[in-house]
Amino acid sequence: MKPWLALALLLTALGARAAPGDARPLKLWHAYRGGEESALVQATGLFTSKTGIPVELLALPYDAYAAKLTNAIPHGVGPDVFIFNHERLRNFHAQHLVAPASGLMREDYFPNAVEALEVDGQVYGYPMSLKSLALYVNTKRVPHVPETTNALLTLLPALSDADAGRFGLAYESGDFYFHAGFLFGFGGALFDDSGRASFDTQGMARSLAFVKGLQDKRFIPQEASGALVKSLFNDGRAAMAISGPWFAGEIASDVDYRVVGLPVVSETGLPIQPFLGVETAYVSARSARAEQAQALARFISLGEASRVRATVGRQIPADVAAYTLREVREDTLISSFREAARHATPMPNTLEMARVWEPMKLALRAVLQGGTAPEDAGALADRRYRALHRVRPPEASPLPWLGLVGMVALGGSVWVLRRPAAAHPFRRRYPDVARAAAYLAPAAAGLAVLVFIPFAVGLGMSLFHHEAGEYSFVGLANFVDILASRGYRISEPLSFYFTLAVTLLWALVNVVLHVSIGLLLAMLLKNPLLKLRGVYRVLLIIPWAVPNYITALMWKGMFHRQFGAINGLLVALGLEPVSWFTRFSTAFAANVVTNTWLGFPFMMVVALGALQSIPQELYEAAEVDGASQWTQFRRITLPLLKPAMLPAVILGSVWTFNMFNIIYLVSGGEPGGGTDILVSEAFRWAFQRNEQYGFAAAYSVLIFVVLLGWSAFTRRLTRASSEVVG
Amino acid sequence: MSRPSRWRMAAIHAGLTLLCVATLYPVLWVVKMALSPTDGLALTANPFPETVTLEHFRQVLSSTDAAGRWVFGRQLLASIVVAGATTVVGLTLAVSAAYALSRFRFPGKEGGMQALLVTQMFPATLMMVPIYGILQKLRLLDSLSGLVLVYATTALPFCIWNLKGYFDTLPRELEEAAVMDGASPFQVFVRVVLPLARPALAVTALFSFMTAWNEFILAATLLNDPSRFTLPVALQRYVGEHKVEWGKFAAGALVVSAPVMALFFALQKHLVGGLTAGGVKG
Repeated sequence: MKPWLALALLLTALGARAAPGDARPLKLWHAYRGGEESALVQATGLFTSKTGIPVELLALPYDAYAAKLTNAIPHGVGPDVFIFNHERLRNFHAQHLVAPASGLMREDYFPNAVEALEVDGQVYGYPMSLKSLALYVNTKRVPHVPETTNALLTLLPALSDADAGRFGLAYESGDFYFHAGFLFGFGGALFDDSGRASFDTQGMARSLAFVKGLQDKRFIPQEASGALVKSLFNDGRAAMAISGPWFAGEIASDVDYRVVGLPVVSETGLPIQPFLGVETAYVSARSARAEQAQALARFISLGEASRVRATVGRQIPADVAAYTLREVREDTLISSFREAARHATPMPNTLEMARVWEPMKLALRAVLQGGTAPEDAGALADRRYRALHRVRPPEASPLPWLGLVGMVALGGSVWVLRRPAAAHPFRRRYPDVARAAAYLAPAAAGLAVLVFIPFAVGLGMSLFHHEAGEYSFVGLANFVDILASRGYRISEPLSFYFTLAVTLLWALVNVVLHVSIGLLLAMLLKNPLLKLRGVYRVLLIIPWAVPNYITALMWKGMFHRQFGAINGLLVALGLEPVSWFTRFSTAFAANVVTNTWLGFPFMMVVALGALQSIPQELYEAAEVDGASQWTQFRRITLPLLKPAMLPAVILGSVWTFNMFNIIYLVSGGEPGGGTDILVSEAFRWAFQRNEQYGFAAAYSVLIFVVLLGWSAFTRRLTRASSEVVG
Repeated sequence: MSRPSRWRMAAIHAGLTLLCVATLYPVLWVVKMALSPTDGLALTANPFPETVTLEHFRQVLSSTDAAGRWVFGRQLLASIVVAGATTVVGLTLAVSAAYALSRFRFPGKEGGMQALLVTQMFPATLMMVPIYGILQKLRLLDSLSGLVLVYATTALPFCIWNLKGYFDTLPRELEEAAVMDGASPFQVFVRVVLPLARPALAVTALFSFMTAWNEFILAATLLNDPSRFTLPVALQRYVGEHKVEWGKFAAGALVVSAPVMALFFALQKHLVGGLTAGGVKG
């Protein structure tokens, strides 16, 4: 009965959604949580009570938010208004997702917030709140706030005692978002006059040397993550911390602190200028009710709504008038962040900016965790930047390709028609073809529409170049770029061959471990006299039942430098904790451990099934002949296991080859993209390097070709092994 | 079989216990995060919580939306409906296709089987853009049925392979005998073949159920109504831009994983026999 129940539930669920209201609500999408979310709910409630237009809110997981917007809006099924950081504005603009803010009055907002939303002289979206970094100071430990870096440097030695786990300052030093302030403070510029990113500058070298100095003198913790900064500051073990407004909500109630602007760099006289992020209410370019949508976006960015967002949501309003309100002005956190934001550099909303993150992360980590000298890091970043910044290949004419397709079609039909007639008519050779078609039709239809068509589209896309929402036909240029490994040496991460080698190693190591652990367990468990057999089997199967993104996040936590259980175990055993993601070998090992944990149960179950199908008499006969256990295993178990295990091994190897979640979530490609495999590389080209879909599709096609070769090879293996067994 | 010595048994037990501990350790870690009162991480190798609170579970299970509706309940229902319907649809399609591939002769059969395997090789992340467009053309966006169709078809290749492998192992004589007794081909399929294939059906059903139950990117992209989000989407909300609410995430992860674990437990007897991966030829 169960399936029918489920169907009935499905039908009711479908029926329930089509109840049209009187006034259709405006749709507003966001990724807020907690206080910020309730503030937004209140603010839109105010809008509804004032205008009578209902607003429907949709809260999305941050990870899936951008992809959803870029998919939904062009199809006309997106929101009327959505809230997003301003950094992606240029992308949204290029894909025609956002409309100019027609109701915006510049004087309502802080000038740098409006500037951040300008593209070619037009302002897109209404600035809601500011996000930038400031200095959190534990007032008990630091009575006098350092106003310059020299003052900071004289303060730090007394506040730090790394052996006791105390640090003068804590912040996420490996993240460029946090480092940018130092870069600008040391007079570095991120972009040259032509608007291209430049990394190999004096400011870069000096800022890196400064931070490296802090780390070498052990004033700041190494490899700090957000979780570490929080716990250090809450325990009083970090006297100061650099973080954003969101940090205030995480500070324990017994810590006395104040927030001040970042100090001035003594050498240059410039303040440390962090990036300014502007949370913005954008009006969708495809909104059917543009006027009402503009009104809503403007409403939530100003006046009463901005008061609610400041007091309930603890946001830093971008609206000037908000600061005339007593409750906002007297809120020390908000006014100090407002003060700190004065010096902040609006993060450029250009496409160039999106290309900067990956090279900068590489340079920062190379200096702080690897042995690279600060003055060499700029060149390192520069090279990576140039490799990522692909120039649009020249357009190719699609004519030869269309001609080729035509020729193939023609040749194919000629071949079919001219083929000598079969000895038996079609009906005689395939007596049940009609019945087969009836049985296959539903599955084939589903597969054709939702699997094979997308697949063909993916193949076709590899011949195009995608930039800013437009596709241009480039023929094989993407493949040529990849295979010629343009812009980087073959032996470096990011080259196709390096990644391929890593992927093959990854697949091989994993499959070997899966199969051998699975087989070992199956051998131990097959003995029917073993007590508690069922219990063991259930316990050992658990990893298979856990969704693999949860597994990945769980293990990522276990490998955490400061809080991970693995390092906890090492410390308990009197060993040094390991920094897992700074070296290729340990990062790769972390990935392998995770994937082995999640993959061995499948092989164990397959092996158990296969072992059961081996007739017991064979072993008894062997026993009579005096064969040892090892001989029995080698001569009976292994050969008879092979035909059953091979298909599982093939399937397992294909799955491992494309095991995106683990690589992406556990090591994230660290260090420097070294542990990325082909799939995660394709993902980065598609979604993190300015949406180069065509290039990513070319990567996917190459993955596909490699696997196709592998399956052809294994098919021969299977055939051979079934011939041996008979 | 000769009875193994007691020492040998003890050694086997010791080995298995060790491996079980290694397997369970990360799971205990998640349990600990879910039960601890803090929302962060702490450095210790001890996988047992020092203080226990059900606060995270309470917050996850009782989450309501702005209108005061019990969102968790609706999301649970949506998850059950989606995963259940995916199982039914996927299994129906896969069973008939696998039977045809196992029993009938027709042109393109080998090619078809290979084509199924081939679809597993193209990275799924890039299929999203075309799938979105297709669903919109079919007017199935923002509907649970669209989601069910996508899940069911993406799980099909594995399901068909597994079932076909199992059907291949069933002796044809039984079917021939039924035909002799006057059963129609459809009756043979439903009355004779399907009951014999029960273990493989159970495993395949479990697999389709898991596919639908665990997925979140597609669900978050295709659905526009928070009360119809599936549970993994709700879970992912605890992973924010600037911080992760570890306690609630862990509690949610346990809630999401529990039904799948229960199904594994219930079906584990079939699991061993039913997972052929296309190869056990008895």
